[in-house]
Amino acid sequence: MSHSTVPRSRAEAKTSEEASRGTDVPTGERPGKRLSGKVSLRLRLRRDRTLILMTLPAIALVLVFNYIPILGNAVAFQEYDPYVSDNGFVAMLESPWVGLEQFERIFADSAFWDAVQNTLVLFVLQLVLFFPIPIVLALLINSVIRPRVRAVSQAILYLPHFFSWVLVITVFQQIFGGAGIIAQTLREHGFEGFDLMTDPGIFKFLVTAEGVWKDAGWGIIVFLAALASVSPDLYEAAAMDGAGRWRRMWHVTLPALRPVIALLLVLRVGDALTVGFEQILLQRDAVGPGASEVLDTYVWWNGVRNQDFSYAAAAGLVKGLVSVALVLAANKVAHFMGEQGVYKK
Amino acid sequence: MTAVMDKAAVEEAARAPRWWEAPPRPVWDDEPGKAGIAGKGIVLAGACLAILFPLWIVVVTSLSSKQTITEAGGLVMIPKDITFVAYQELLSGGQVTRAAIVSVCVTLVGTVFSMTVSVLAAYGLSRSGSLGHRWLLMTLLATMFFGAGLIPTYLLVQSLGLTDTYLALILPSAVSVFNILVLRGFFMGISPELVDSARIDGAGDWRILWQIVMPLSRAVIAVITLFYAVGYWSAWFNASIYLSNQDMMPLQNVMIQLVQKQEAPVGVSQAIKTGQISALAIQMAVMVMALLPVAVISPFVQKHFKKGMLTGAVKG
Repeated sequence: MSHSTVPRSRAEAKTSEEASRGTDVPTGERPGKRLSGKVSLRLRLRRDRTLILMTLPAIALVLVFNYIPILGNAVAFQEYDPYVSDNGFVAMLESPWVGLEQFERIFADSAFWDAVQNTLVLFVLQLVLFFPIPIVLALLINSVIRPRVRAVSQAILYLPHFFSWVLVITVFQQIFGGAGIIAQTLREHGFEGFDLMTDPGIFKFLVTAEGVWKDAGWGIIVFLAALASVSPDLYEAAAMDGAGRWRRMWHVTLPALRPVIALLLVLRVGDALTVGFEQILLQRDAVGPGASEVLDTYVWWNGVRNQDFSYAAAAGLVKGLVSVALVLAANKVAHFMGEQGVYKK
Repeated sequence: MTAVMDKAAVEEAARAPRWWEAPPRPVWDDEPGKAGIAGKGIVLAGACLAILFPLWIVVVTSLSSKQTITEAGGLVMIPKDITFVAYQELLSGGQVTRAAIVSVCVTLVGTVFSMTVSVLAAYGLSRSGSLGHRWLLMTLLATMFFGAGLIPTYLLVQSLGLTDTYLALILPSAVSVFNILVLRGFFMGISPELVDSARIDGAGDWRILWQIVMPLSRAVIAVITLFYAVGYWSAWFNASIYLSNQDMMPLQNVMIQLVQKQEAPVGVSQAIKTGQISALAIQMAVMVMALLPVAVISPFVQKHFKKGMLTGAVKG
């Protein structure tokens, strides 16, 4: 008997509690909510109309140049004929629909698969040879305690980031090109000159080296900021416990960098199919498409150069869709590993 | 006597370290070994040299006379004589002068336009909870996850009739959502009490932005202005696909023709043919013109980089 009464009384207590809350909440909150909901829209519009007005130019630009072109991807399902009309939009309306024909052509094209392969090889090379350098440089700069040395070396290391790709490549030409300083010095001393800038065999390493020269210094900023936020108390405590320089780096510094490294890795993997469009396009003529064609230049060549717009748009669409999938996948992996990734769960 | 010496010693210990001296280490931090210091110095100096040495060659060659360049067999490492003939030739009218003017104008107009749009948008989105805040922000944020693709953008610019106008160099790349987020993050960090008290005093949003928010955000505004300006100054791709008139080309595109493809410049080819000026000096001078503004301005903004890069990116 007592068995049944105890739960029952508990259940009764619960329902009475709910009932009392139930009667309390509606009377207390519902009218207020209705009031704020109705009035606030008009009030909020009046209060915030300047703010909305201020965002409109940016929103308009983004809508025109980022959103409308998404609809333009419809040409990938057409046989777009640029000669129907001078206006691209009219030409699009007049062009016949062909379904997935362009995609079938792409997947049957060996040049496309070469571009995919070049892109992936470059991505891996950049990840292995480029990615660790800013981390090492940041640790190095962070260990320098003379403020002048820090400031000057930072200024020098950041500088190439602000150079254009045209400038970076012409600078490399002056060093490693056929008329560059190294070949010139070699010839002066009776050796044979060389030209690394036109050698398809080492082109991918050249591209990676150019990237390192331009952006490895800039890459240290993020790591330096993460290092600056480590509490000195942690180092002191570690030192008190007898940890030497290297053990402090391993047990204090590197764990502090972990989230930043994870975030940058996620961003890099999400952007894996973008491996330096302008940079490679500038050198495409010098080494030939066999070694240098990546997905972006493949789209450029077929679309802008050969005017095969539908085909190129389809290739671009394939790249875009795979890229979005990569971003989402990389984030999933980051979340799975307990890191934050680009956006929160 | 001893008291005086002690005083001097105390002062010696208390004074701030001079610029070449290292500041004192914390007591728990042991001095690194000689080999460690030397190794670090070599790596750091090597990295800096790898950046500066090529620039040095370019600058020195651009300032060398034809004779010096011939003697050196091409690029000059050690300056012998300094002459500005290459620059005089380039800046006395002709292709490169025009291209430099085009680049300066596009950079100035584009940067002012981009900054205006971005600062307004960043302020407009800086009060979470304002009407439409979420939707407007999402509209901008979504563009960071997908690109529309080269071909549809190209067709759009063509359809809008922007080809062969300078608007094609500015409008398609005018807004960087990342830059807006950085500005917004900074604006959101400004103390709300300050903004509220201004509002109570009767200031509207335009006035708050102009007289309170902007003066407090000089650091981040300097950084973002530099980012936009460098973007416009370095751009060449849009000009290469949207402009067909060679006379309209900006400096970077002319640099591709002159230096990378080794073509002779239109205006100065006569002086090169007659042997007054070295073609190499001309090429290097064009490169110096492209790198000089960037190299001069960016170190001044350097101290703000860290702040500018991180405040916005962290707060979503």
